[in-house]
Amino acid sequence: MTRNEIIKPENLVYKKPTLMNDNHMHYCPGCSHGVVHKLVAEIIEEMGLREKAIGISPVGCAVFIYNYIDIDWQEAAHGRAPALATAIKRLWPDRLVFTYQGDGDLACIGTAETIHALNRGENITIIFINNAIYGMTGGQMAPTTLMGMKTATCPYGRDPQLHGYPLKIADIAAQLEGTAYVTRQSVDTVSAINKTKRAIRHAFENSMEGKGSNLVEVVSTCNSGWKMSPVKANQWMKENMVPFYPLGDLKDKK
Amino acid sequence: MAKEEVVLMKGNEAIAHAAIRCGCDGYFGYPITPQSEVLETLAILKPWETTGMVVLQAESEVASINMVYGGAGCGKKVMTSSSSPGVSLMQEGISYMAGAELPCLIVNVQRGGPGLGTIQPSQADYFQTVKGGGHGDYRLITLAPNSVQEMADFVGLSFDLAFKYRNPAVILADGVIGQMMEKVVLPPIKPRRTDEEVIAECPWATTGKTKNRKPNIITSLELKPDAMEINNLRFQAKYKKIEENEVRFEEIMCDDAEYIIVAFGSQARIGQKALEMLREEGIKVGMLRPITLWPFPTKVIDKLADRVKSMLVVEINAGQMVEDVRLAVNGKIPVEHFGRLGGIVPDPDEIVEAMKKMIK
Repeated sequence: MTRNEIIKPENLVYKKPTLMNDNHMHYCPGCSHGVVHKLVAEIIEEMGLREKAIGISPVGCAVFIYNYIDIDWQEAAHGRAPALATAIKRLWPDRLVFTYQGDGDLACIGTAETIHALNRGENITIIFINNAIYGMTGGQMAPTTLMGMKTATCPYGRDPQLHGYPLKIADIAAQLEGTAYVTRQSVDTVSAINKTKRAIRHAFENSMEGKGSNLVEVVSTCNSGWKMSPVKANQWMKENMVPFYPLGDLKDKK
Repeated sequence: MAKEEVVLMKGNEAIAHAAIRCGCDGYFGYPITPQSEVLETLAILKPWETTGMVVLQAESEVASINMVYGGAGCGKKVMTSSSSPGVSLMQEGISYMAGAELPCLIVNVQRGGPGLGTIQPSQADYFQTVKGGGHGDYRLITLAPNSVQEMADFVGLSFDLAFKYRNPAVILADGVIGQMMEKVVLPPIKPRRTDEEVIAECPWATTGKTKNRKPNIITSLELKPDAMEINNLRFQAKYKKIEENEVRFEEIMCDDAEYIIVAFGSQARIGQKALEMLREEGIKVGMLRPITLWPFPTKVIDKLADRVKSMLVVEINAGQMVEDVRLAVNGKIPVEHFGRLGGIVPDPDEIVEAMKKMIK
């Protein structure tokens, strides 16, 4: 069988989404960001929204998401992405407007913007990567850092007396009148990736149909920050993160 | 010809009316005295039902300036208004907008500080506005209205300048101009731009990537220092162009003047009364009123300094614009400052007295 005989549409098992460009990614090997980026690109393509999509990137590891997915992007100040998204969606109501934020950006410095955008029922989607640590700045404690977990700023482990408790932002979001869909997913297995893809697509569809605000939390790994191999990080996530941040839909307004 | 529409209203109300009439696409704000009438008036007028303008009360000034960032980044004509403590909260967003080269209008109806200060008028945010209150090397086009009429007129002008140079513009008013009622001729009604017009006018904006162009990215981030230096040099070249082309000022009785009052905004109004009182006593006083605080009318002040004896800078702060006047004068003649603080607005008598003291 020649190479040309193999390259036929019926033999295609995997294809890079055309919206993903060939720029070299800055993410560490094993990081969850690359997988979620690919899902976002695939879904925009499949929904035929490439000319209508406007993304907002955060401050944190995903700040450069605009270098990898070929749509229009705005880069927000730390935590302010939902405020940008609010205005963009209200001024261009037929566009797909979404933010892509990490735990420090969304659940700490940007808590007010997150809660209020969700509570106003802005027709946007917030994709929330929760890896329980500040990746870009070198592994400091996040609002979502687990009890006892060691980071650069809680080197002896997170202690509630010193640092307070991890924040379950999706649980708060599910209580808000303005949210249409709140879910918590992961990307550590193929089936988990498929579920996350369905979740993001559902959220994007809600945004386009004007059903209210949507939050897709992705419980993720930061193997560099956690100082583990990618495989070990996935295992640690399943054993420690998932019991505290259980996966599944928290709210799906019909 | 249609009859001019003359109405009586507050400066803050004039801002709201002018915004709707000049085709503004979105207002994002948060209540604070003494500027709350801007948002209140917009809420009463309901422009979303007529022109389609978006009006939103944000959760904070931090959120409102970032909503302005988002709106400006997608090519729309957007604005916010606040007063001093609220504008302090906006400095992060303003710096980001300067760095991302986004056009917008920010109205600051100043009150006395520092801190929570007072709700009475002040001009103590001059430094914050013209020297850059946020981080980094940037400039804001700053217009200082001295009447309700100028509050109305400067909305459209600010948007024009902001879009011409892709830079934030500020209307730096104070509690006097925001709260006082005067007759005003409202600007003519200009329709909002269509989506197609926005895309054509702002090819850089994030309006959705079409096949025939690359993705548009609105960002102030550039980690490579050599590229970031080039960005900064581009900003500086733009600022130089603005300084060359956009200086605005008013001269009152300067031709035969021996002494000059330099004042902006509300203090130019009070200073003008003092000028008349001094002229009645035979003292030849003129006034220079900077209308743009940045770019500053440096050249005209420099020229005036060649033929007058001294200048008195009147502002309701501890001496801020006086530094720019002294830089312009460059030691050629004495430059004195007169100001009241903490929300106190001086009487013309006090300015007359300060002038006589300077002359003596």
